[in-house]
Amino acid sequence: MASKSAARARGAQLLEAFRAAGAAEIQPDILQPAGTLLDLYGEDIRARAYVTADPIRGEQMLRPDFTVPVVQEHMANGAEPARYCYLGEVFRKQDHRGAQRVSEYNQVGYEVFDRTSPEAADAEVFALIAAQLAHLPLTATIGDIGILSAVIEGLDTLPARKSALARHIWRPQRFHKLLLRYSGQVPVPAARAALLAGARAEAPWIGLRDSAEMEARIARLKADAAAPALPAETVAALEALLDLRCPAAEAPERLRAIALAGLAPAIARLEARLAALVARGIDTGALIFDASHGRTTMEYYDGFVFTFTAADPDLPPVASGGRYDALTRVLGQGREIPAVGGVIRPGLLADLEGVA
Amino acid sequence: MSTIKLGVPSKGRLMEKTFDWFAARGVTLKRTGSEREYAGAVEGAEAVELVLLSAGEIPRELAAGRIHLGVTGSDLVRDKLADWEGLVTDLAPLGFGHADLIIAVPTCWADVDTLEDLDAAAHAFRAAHGFRLRIATKYHRLVREFLTREGVADYQLVDSQGATEGTVKNLTAEAIADITSSGETLRANHLKILSDGLIHQSQATLFASKAADWAGLEGPRAALMAQLGL
Repeated sequence: MASKSAARARGAQLLEAFRAAGAAEIQPDILQPAGTLLDLYGEDIRARAYVTADPIRGEQMLRPDFTVPVVQEHMANGAEPARYCYLGEVFRKQDHRGAQRVSEYNQVGYEVFDRTSPEAADAEVFALIAAQLAHLPLTATIGDIGILSAVIEGLDTLPARKSALARHIWRPQRFHKLLLRYSGQVPVPAARAALLAGARAEAPWIGLRDSAEMEARIARLKADAAAPALPAETVAALEALLDLRCPAAEAPERLRAIALAGLAPAIARLEARLAALVARGIDTGALIFDASHGRTTMEYYDGFVFTFTAADPDLPPVASGGRYDALTRVLGQGREIPAVGGVIRPGLLADLEGVA
Repeated sequence: MSTIKLGVPSKGRLMEKTFDWFAARGVTLKRTGSEREYAGAVEGAEAVELVLLSAGEIPRELAAGRIHLGVTGSDLVRDKLADWEGLVTDLAPLGFGHADLIIAVPTCWADVDTLEDLDAAAHAFRAAHGFRLRIATKYHRLVREFLTREGVADYQLVDSQGATEGTVKNLTAEAIADITSSGETLRANHLKILSDGLIHQSQATLFASKAADWAGLEGPRAALMAQLGL
């Protein structure tokens, strides 16, 4: 594995390239307030980040990635539009052993906060990162969480079902089970049937959750039980969409062939993005479009997503990134701005260059 | 001469049952010295040394290779050791020390019977109370892995090293994940098990360390395994 100094030196070259592309360097703190990250990501981040206690600042986390502090810094001080770059270590606990499962490594990143044309900004970030990696035989995969959101929004069903599905885009297992439930493809559990028939527990009320919260949920379950099931064809079309994996240039056509409402604007955005990529010299026939790409990573990406991976399946992605408009809304306290960015792992890059 | 170090829980029913299990196979384990001294002896097997330890420390000692064999709950090995299968070999379930690691919620929650319900209730709870639904446990890794695999969101684990069943009534948690054998303590505390909330069925298990130095011990190991019928 590349030494830390080699990784750092390679990172400095990439940082220079990002600066040359117009980005201002920022250096977020390594110690980040744990509360913000825990509130955003819950137990997923607690399992992955190092949490430590500070006598004055309270619970802190060793920076697990740069995106959140970069967004915070932009929302606090940034003029628009803005381009930022950074280089530094991130820290992630590893639950599995393995030579590449390192718990501290460098990331060098480029982030764009720009309202004018999201698709052009997507292409700018992707092309800039692709240019740094062009000399290596990597596979580039792109996806678009926005397409999944659009499909869910376009379903002809209860808003509560749509919001439950949208909430679980990043948990494919639960998402699948909810689809089966909403389409009546699994039997109603006995306890729920009894509940809907009026059964209540003979037990004293304990705990902070109060009985009004339970009654509100029972009302939602009754509304759900009264609503028509999602047609099996709709579920099949949705599953087909989630399974779609093809050359990116073919993706709009393949998506149009899937009979789901509400897709047209999302497909138009995908086409605009592909055109912007082509304009920047990217061969979209060689890119893979994977409709489920980004569904198992942390849930801040809500639009375009991408990764660059080496052939060795044990290696993590050499570079990854995506669009996170919603995160700026959550952290912006009433303000928001479209944002997209990506990172390269210079240590991995140096390793691959050593091999190549 | 080097010996196979066999780690066994140092007290209580787990120790007695372990002694019984080995005795039934012709290997006598016993404590020596005073009632309070943690020393032991082995008869009926060559080159085996008894090491009495807290059941909770046996996974760590196995992982570090400081003992060759160890008896402890399968739940403890899975919870305390990341990638446990790479560190220890599961030689034999011993047929006692049964306990289920489960998720339980207040019995009064008539609307919550499955993980799907728990997830939906957690989402609404977070919106109503401004923080994630708290699940009290000491089995952080097992519970988190289970809930991640099952796609449950909007919860947080809070640490509880004892009297976990009391946390809901005391308003320090909304649900618990704990071990239970008869379910009586749960019932007494007005809690019910989710119908799909079984995380792991634990029992006392004999493990072998992959990290321990087995050089020169192949013969005694084979003889002991033959004696134990493994």
